[in-house]
Amino acid sequence: MGEKNLKGWLYLLPAILFLGAFMLYPLIDVLIYSFEEGYNFTSQTFHGVGTYNYSYVLHDPFFLQALKNTFILVIITVPLSTGIALLISVGLSSIKKLRELFQTVYFLPYVTNTLAVGLVFMILFQKTPYTDGFANLIIQFFGGQSVDFIDGPYWAKMFVLCFYTVWVVMPFKILILTSALASVRQDYYNAAMVDGTSRLRMFTKITLPMISPSLFYLVITGFIGAFKAYSDAVALFGTDLNAAGMNTIVGYVYDMLYSSGGYPSYASAAAIILFVIVLTITVINLLVSKKHVHY
Amino acid sequence: MKVVLEHLTKKFPSRNKKAGKDVIAVNDFTFEIPDGKLIGLLGPSGCGKSTTLHLLSGLQKPTAGKIYFGEDDVTNLPAENRGVGLVFQNYALYPHLTVLQNIIFPLENRKGADKLSKEKMREMAYETAKLVQIETLMDRKPSELSGGQQQRVAIARALVKMPRILLLDEPLSNLDARLRLQTREEIRRIQCETGITTVFVTHDQEEAMSISDLIVVMKDGVVQQIGEPQQVYDDPVNLFVAKFLGTPPVNVFAAEVRAGELFIGSEPVLAVKGAPDGPVTAAIRPEGFLPCEDGRLTCALSRIEVMGRDVSVICTHPACENEAIRAILRSETKIVAGSDSVRFSLLASKVYIFNSETGERIPFDAE
Repeated sequence: MGEKNLKGWLYLLPAILFLGAFMLYPLIDVLIYSFEEGYNFTSQTFHGVGTYNYSYVLHDPFFLQALKNTFILVIITVPLSTGIALLISVGLSSIKKLRELFQTVYFLPYVTNTLAVGLVFMILFQKTPYTDGFANLIIQFFGGQSVDFIDGPYWAKMFVLCFYTVWVVMPFKILILTSALASVRQDYYNAAMVDGTSRLRMFTKITLPMISPSLFYLVITGFIGAFKAYSDAVALFGTDLNAAGMNTIVGYVYDMLYSSGGYPSYASAAAIILFVIVLTITVINLLVSKKHVHY
Repeated sequence: MKVVLEHLTKKFPSRNKKAGKDVIAVNDFTFEIPDGKLIGLLGPSGCGKSTTLHLLSGLQKPTAGKIYFGEDDVTNLPAENRGVGLVFQNYALYPHLTVLQNIIFPLENRKGADKLSKEKMREMAYETAKLVQIETLMDRKPSELSGGQQQRVAIARALVKMPRILLLDEPLSNLDARLRLQTREEIRRIQCETGITTVFVTHDQEEAMSISDLIVVMKDGVVQQIGEPQQVYDDPVNLFVAKFLGTPPVNVFAAEVRAGELFIGSEPVLAVKGAPDGPVTAAIRPEGFLPCEDGRLTCALSRIEVMGRDVSVICTHPACENEAIRAILRSETKIVAGSDSVRFSLLASKVYIFNSETGERIPFDAE
């Protein structure tokens, strides 16, 4: 028995070493940093232990802005992208002709570089001395006032960020949902049809419960992904996100680490706050899903 | 509810569009299912029996022909308006709903004037559940039920809306042998109690024969024979039907008719008056062999299997198309057998002769 145990641990060793060195150790380290006040990278010293870092971060207007931005992004994009992806997937699975073509088209954003997509969005939305951008041309066509989406009012920038995020996360969701829809056996629909079930009822009473595990998976990963948003904002608004007022929590952490000498203690505190938020939301998600997700 | 099929035809387009011909799954069916009877659609896989059932349910549209329920032409009526109950081969119970919710599901679809109160729906569900004896399992999920119980729930779900006809697609194929026997009697009982015209599809001839009022034997989309099970068994119209019904299967011989005598090999084994001379295919039921010392069919004896109720004599004959001839005798029959051969005389009513090319039955008078 002892030898068997030893063998087992031996097989696990590479994974444990790897995870320990690159996941567990940094995690614990971040936690420690977040309580060390005034930590200095170069001298590796700090002058106290306490919760001052948290207090600083929570009173920093840039962090509060980032927090607000992130929450708006999460609350708008997760339901919206999941809902639209569901609609598109249902549409895709009910057509036969050109289905593969559309599947490919919808999947393209997934394999496209984020920054390249950001560039395209800038062309669509940015106002320059030469052109107002494609979006403004449309607004003007309908008789509206042109808006600067990249450098203008807050809501316009937030709209572009949400639009962009929804568009970028959609392909993966469509991929998961179309395969989930395809795995619902036709027999269930046949049985329902023979019993005179309306299409809407078939969708809400059969399709949705049957694909609920996939939907739930997408909502959880969607929440986590949206809370970690950063590169999307950079792609659209450049690296100085605080100036643009479009920073996210991860962006704030990054800025704290690398801008003007670096404040690893504040960065760590912000990261731990993000971790607590994501953990809380995920636990709530799990509790809710236990009631509503079948199997 | 009487059901009438008139020249019903279903073609499926071929997958290979250039070269392939359409697949005719159901070819020109015309028959009438009398009210309140249990009908077995019987045939090997791919014979079109499931397609026929789907046409009846309205899940598929016929290429040509008509379907009547009673006096109503339902040919173009969509499935939801036909009022049929359909039990699927794999039951298709909704896995996320309890037994009760599954049974109530069809009732909840009713709208307008037909809409039922919650209490009424529950009452109807429990009534149906009692009929199929699952009223104690109402709060379980399908995954918590055995195969037989799931089957009953599926039947209850099909019955609860008082369908005009009940359709069962291979209802017993997912059950083990014992449960199959039990369940088929159960289906028969439920059908008798409700009096609903029932059509069920099976490839198992024993199953079909044991509970059907009428069986329809099909092959390659064509109806071969319709009749009461015993009558079809005793009087098959062609070689296919003779071979398909009966376990153990009928013993088939290459034979010849000469001057009113049936020859198997060089031996005249039976008088067949009225049959024209020429080569024929003879089929003999296992119970058509009588061992006797001066029997005219001589076979090489392989072995004797004692089964308790009856005895199987396994032997071979060069003219026989089966691997071995299997004769079934009552266990008290005295078997007169040499060390390596056995002689039989034949029961004329258990011997059929068929045209060797077309497989059509050739009638003859026995004595």
